Amino acid sequence: MTSITTDPKTSAVSLDAVSRTFPGSPPVEAVRAASLTIAAGEYVSIVGPSGSGKSTLLHLLGCLDQPTDGAYHLNGIDVGALPDRKRTALRGREIGFVFQSFHLLSHRTVVDNVTTGMLYNRTPRRQRRTQATEALGRVGLESRTDFTPTKLSGGERQRVAIARAIAPGPSLLLCDEPTGNLDSGTTETLLDLFDELRSDGGLTLIIITHDEAVSRRADRRVTIVDGVLSEVEA
Amino acid sequence: MKAGSIPSSRFSLRDLVSESVAGMLARPGRTVLTVLGTVLGIAALVATLGLAKTAGNQIVTRFDALAATSVTVSNRSQGFSFSEEPRESHIPWDAEDRLTRLNGVVAAGTQSIVDTARELVRSVPINDPLGQSEFSVDVYAASPGLFAAIGTTLHTGRVFDAGHDQRREPVAVLGPGAARRLNITRVDQQPAIFVGDTTLVVIGILEDTEREPVLLDAIIIPNGAAQGLFGLLAPAEVQIRTEIGATRLIGEQAAVALSPNDPSLLRVSLPPEPKAVKEQVASDVNTLFLVLGGVALLVGAIGIANVTLVSVIERVGEIGLRRSVGATRRQVAAQFLGESAAMGFVGGIIGASIGVLVIVVVSAVRQWTPVLDAWVPLAAPLVGAAIGLIAGLYPSWRAASLEPIEALRSGT
Repeated sequence: MTSITTDPKTSAVSLDAVSRTFPGSPPVEAVRAASLTIAAGEYVSIVGPSGSGKSTLLHLLGCLDQPTDGAYHLNGIDVGALPDRKRTALRGREIGFVFQSFHLLSHRTVVDNVTTGMLYNRTPRRQRRTQATEALGRVGLESRTDFTPTKLSGGERQRVAIARAIAPGPSLLLCDEPTGNLDSGTTETLLDLFDELRSDGGLTLIIITHDEAVSRRADRRVTIVDGVLSEVEA
Repeated sequence: MKAGSIPSSRFSLRDLVSESVAGMLARPGRTVLTVLGTVLGIAALVATLGLAKTAGNQIVTRFDALAATSVTVSNRSQGFSFSEEPRESHIPWDAEDRLTRLNGVVAAGTQSIVDTARELVRSVPINDPLGQSEFSVDVYAASPGLFAAIGTTLHTGRVFDAGHDQRREPVAVLGPGAARRLNITRVDQQPAIFVGDTTLVVIGILEDTEREPVLLDAIIIPNGAAQGLFGLLAPAEVQIRTEIGATRLIGEQAAVALSPNDPSLLRVSLPPEPKAVKEQVASDVNTLFLVLGGVALLVGAIGIANVTLVSVIERVGEIGLRRSVGATRRQVAAQFLGESAAMGFVGGIIGASIGVLVIVVVSAVRQWTPVLDAWVPLAAPLVGAAIGLIAGLYPSWRAASLEPIEALRSGT
């Protein structure tokens, strides 16, 4: 296990001996004493086989779940100390999610889907629209704003999901198998898009994948096996 | 960044409304089916309230003229008795004369059931073995003024007058029902009927009567004939037609005029006040249909609850997504409540429209004036929204209690 110790107050993401155990008989230790520090603007891939604890780690990083042990700081905030309401608000402002199954609202237009990402974080209505159009421009879908997702290809749908995630201007983008439903050509295009997004600003990018092609393009590669994190030396 | 500086999530009313409407319109076909129950319930309620009021108004208009002019005087019952012996009557034979002297009385006449010892009535002097020729028909004795007092119309012939009465002539006037049974359609050849062994000559057949419909199926003979042929002791009751609005006055005077020694022996029946009748009619009609409407609404609410619950289960992924982009449990619940309330609201609008249409169509067909309280169609959408809100409580609680991780995992 490799632990990189820097000040949790200054780094974007800081896990300090974080564990997540699911109660039951026997209890399942999905993540064991994971320590990881990621600086703002870094691109980190987390690789591991199925059932290794990848998703649990993503949920912890995304403030969707609480560690049973250890401390998690996001942009210097101790997430474990936050009440549910504050954690929810923090998710809405600081974190963008991209899921393998997109989670698009199939009956709403593309631009409505993207504004959903800003619906709860106090962005004024008109500005939501502006930011959504801008985000769709960044993923190259400005011509598709009034389509419903059902009329789009898989790659386009994933780009809508990415636009939704980046439109509020999060500091951390979490991607859970973003290329799992895409063919290799579309995957490459998508990875190029991630590179572009990072070059524009200080977006921290964490991609969970079991696709080698995806993980190779990251600044740092972390593997997780049976809930134990280890950094792969470049 | 400090933890305290995180502004909490917000879901403005405007966003709530637009998200609810968008959610409702996402599956228009399903929404239509879902609100159908509410539509029917609200339509039934609105139509009921409107028709009850409309019909009530009509009945009162028609009832008023009759009600404002009828008074009935009868003997006060002396306790309950099983005996069929005729009780002593305090109504004199000259009741008609005494009453028509009163100012305000248009017509008056006595009316009494005659005891014919259950003799059957026939119109032919022989027994026909092939068909029924004998009938049980009520015989009433009347003073000549009764026909005017109860507003009869003649089909053919004439009614008896004071002369027939005084001469105790065995004449009879038939109600239309009795005439039909006895096969008598014309009186120009003075057909006879036989009550037991007593012969009566038919001089007229009635067409209809405004009051006392019991006479439509009866044989009516003069008091004189009833006294002479059947031993009638005294008139049983008096029917009075008054000038419009004079019923209360005549009601007070009639008992004194008929029984000056002890007016309390007589009972004077005035028709119920029109206002009371109106309310009674309205409440009779209302209760039944309001219950029906309520049942339809309940079914509508269950429909909305069911579909919203199914929709929560279907949209688990969406719930997970909304939670991940910062929606609190309360905001997720608010959205589903908003959707079910919006469905109820729309159901209320459609239902109220259908209800109003039903009132107008029924009124047009019956040539009534449609009457509806203005608040009814205005309140209907609010009632619908309230029902949607109640129906959405459990589904939205289910939606709110979903853990975001679970929702994201199981949803697609």
